Amino acid sequence: MTRSILAAGLLCVSTQAALAETPILHVLTYDSFVSDWGPGPQVEAAFEAQCGCDLVFDAAGDGAAVLARLLLEGTRTDADVVLGLDTNLTAQAAASGLFAPHGLSPALDLPADWSDPLFLPFDWGWFAFVYDNTRIPDPPASFRDLIASDLSVVIEDPRSSTPGLGLLMWVKAAYGDESAEIWRGLAPRILTVTPGWSEAYDLFLNGEADMVLSYTTSPAYHLIAEGDATKSAAQFSEGHYLQVEVAGMVAGTDQPDLARQFLAFMTTDAFQSIIPETNWMYPAVTPTAGLPDGFATLIHPAPSLLLPPDAALAARDPALDEWRNALAR
Amino acid sequence: MRWHAEPRLIKPAAALVAAVLVLLNLGALAAVLWRADGEATLQPADWVALRFTVVQAALSALVSVVLAVPVARALARRRFPGRRLLIALMGAPFILPVLVAIAGLLAVLGRNGMVNDALAALGLDRVSLYGLQGVVLAHVFFNLPLSVRLLLQGWARIPAEHLRLAQALGFGARARFRLIEMPMLTRIAPGALAAVFLICLTSFAVALMLGGGPAATTLELAIYQAFRFDFDLGRAALLALVQAGVGLVALGVLGFVRLPATRQAGLDRLAPAPPGGLARVLDLLAISMAATFLLVPLGVVIARGLPHLADLPASVWAAAGRSLGVAALSTLLLAGFTVALTLAGLRRRWPEGLGMAALVASPLVIGTGLFIVLNPLVAPSTVALPVTALVNAAMALPFALRATLPPARQTEADFARLSAALGLSPGAHLRLILWPRLRAPLGFALGLGAALSIGDLGVIVLFGQTGTETLPLAMQRLMGAYRSEAAQGVAVLLLALALGTFVLVERLIGGRDAGA
Repeated sequence: MTRSILAAGLLCVSTQAALAETPILHVLTYDSFVSDWGPGPQVEAAFEAQCGCDLVFDAAGDGAAVLARLLLEGTRTDADVVLGLDTNLTAQAAASGLFAPHGLSPALDLPADWSDPLFLPFDWGWFAFVYDNTRIPDPPASFRDLIASDLSVVIEDPRSSTPGLGLLMWVKAAYGDESAEIWRGLAPRILTVTPGWSEAYDLFLNGEADMVLSYTTSPAYHLIAEGDATKSAAQFSEGHYLQVEVAGMVAGTDQPDLARQFLAFMTTDAFQSIIPETNWMYPAVTPTAGLPDGFATLIHPAPSLLLPPDAALAARDPALDEWRNALAR
Repeated sequence: MRWHAEPRLIKPAAALVAAVLVLLNLGALAAVLWRADGEATLQPADWVALRFTVVQAALSALVSVVLAVPVARALARRRFPGRRLLIALMGAPFILPVLVAIAGLLAVLGRNGMVNDALAALGLDRVSLYGLQGVVLAHVFFNLPLSVRLLLQGWARIPAEHLRLAQALGFGARARFRLIEMPMLTRIAPGALAAVFLICLTSFAVALMLGGGPAATTLELAIYQAFRFDFDLGRAALLALVQAGVGLVALGVLGFVRLPATRQAGLDRLAPAPPGGLARVLDLLAISMAATFLLVPLGVVIARGLPHLADLPASVWAAAGRSLGVAALSTLLLAGFTVALTLAGLRRRWPEGLGMAALVASPLVIGTGLFIVLNPLVAPSTVALPVTALVNAAMALPFALRATLPPARQTEADFARLSAALGLSPGAHLRLILWPRLRAPLGFALGLGAALSIGDLGVIVLFGQTGTETLPLAMQRLMGAYRSEAAQGVAVLLLALALGTFVLVERLIGGRDAGA
């Protein structure tokens, strides 16, 4: 009896030792990435199958919340990899000194050049105004069209949401010094400004607004997951601003090799093929099997607009003032 | 020991609760300030936010409480089948997650809502919900139930003898209002006004969703922005101080105007039959209008979500279990806090102010402060659920004390001398005098705390990790993944759990008279 308890105890200790030897990789990301319907669960399974490690996701709100969380934790952070910032946030993230170079240079399928030493894209999308094509047969084809229309749009607040900030940059990149005038023109069209994407999209789905600021890929969700072809994205002649979502390695990580392995894994087929139908964005590297069928029906805007991270950071505060002054009337 | 002396245990228990609350509020703020670098200054936009915050909170409080008067009076004096159920259901908007409630409200009053469809069918212009009117309307939707419940407690405590005497003396409606109901309202209404004002003071999502744009920026949003957008902790703390200052001024003003409690001893006899005729019609009107305003949006939420309830993923049910656990812990903590501060508050004023202070603080600052304090000690995600329960309890405490303290003080005023004269022991006084009169408001308070905890998104967002998601967070994530139909199913589950917990806790603690 005593011996069996001892044996059980030893077994227990040795199992714990085995567990302790399994390295843990902490990836800090945004909420919708780790949800059951996001890429998280599949990515975790695929990476754990090859890394001999335990992949743990920590989640915080959206991209901006992820950055705020990292800045709050500072060098004390558990995170080894941060995944889900976009190029409007990376200048601030880089300035924190919390990221280390990834040292990778995979071939990417982006509508823009990429050479950031700290951050590596995992997916991207164009911002766009999504509408119901059964109700609006003739959607606006530019910001000026939208201003001249009697449509109502719901947008996200640039101070609390990454798409909201993306729209700010979109108008800035397309109109530069004229952007204040564009915002003044848009003001009467804007039904309301929501804290985040999901609230805005919900208002749109409930028929509160004619259009919502979302992505060109949003109609693919309705088409593929719901068999619903009534949602479309309006193509604007000014071009569409890009959201490039990136990941980076935390400088103070205790698992540098594993973190780098994860970033390398991120641009492989195993990871990239999960993205289109879970994150509903374009994969950074088109999988060998190609994109899901529904993606072929999506608009393909040109030109693609994107401010470099430093320019985006510099433009942010003045653009926000313009936005606020125009909309506060 | 006899009752005229305060039992020795009460003071240290209240002091302990006080310490926890002060640490939670001031400690969090101090932690944020400590991590801040550089000097923070208020910008012109902040003054605009301050003005909007005060205007919307004041209007919301005033409208909620004024509308609550006829509704509470009608509910207090009428008896009809389903009355208790109606009262419980009417409380639902207050405990609903903001997004669920807004969805329901929009279904009725939104651009494509029932009201606008009816207006359009009649050839009239559609009315817009977006703007200050929408913010106030939504806040009234949330806070009318709370105001009604608080005033209802006041009506329930008018001694039946007064009403019988009024009837015997042939008081008309005006005399009854002036001589009996008005004195009660002057004691209860300021507290209700303060509570609603303070809730609306830290409003964030409602103002942003329905405000129509940056003109409707509240201070809490500005704090959020300072954190999230600029990562300027100093500015966040400064704005939080401004917000707390406004809240304290409001508390001070309303505490100042409150009249001294009149001492009305009663023998808790049955009330006389309520007046008939026009009064009866008006009461019916008040109840049915309030019920329509509060219940139709809920009905829409239920009708929309019910079909999707069956195919909710397993993770949602796990999240529901977690939420119930958080609510249970939060309710236990709240019970301890409330009892300690209520008993201590029988003889001194500070417990009330201290309890209210939690409403003055910015939830965002508390969450961030706790994160800063805990981060060096433990992985914040490992304590996400207990911390959520603690913050929920602190946030619900002001409402709990609002409900328990006035009746506790009234009971003490009425019976303390009698107990002392009879030589009742503290235990006997608690059991025979205080408990029967306080269990109903205490049941209400704890039920409210449990339900609020279930619906709260709060600090879990900041602390969250995979495997710690609560039901509101699960709903948020569903919405973030285009699964708005599943999210509607979760909304029904949330509504059912919050309401079910509320009714259960209220009945368990409050006993037969709960909901009176």
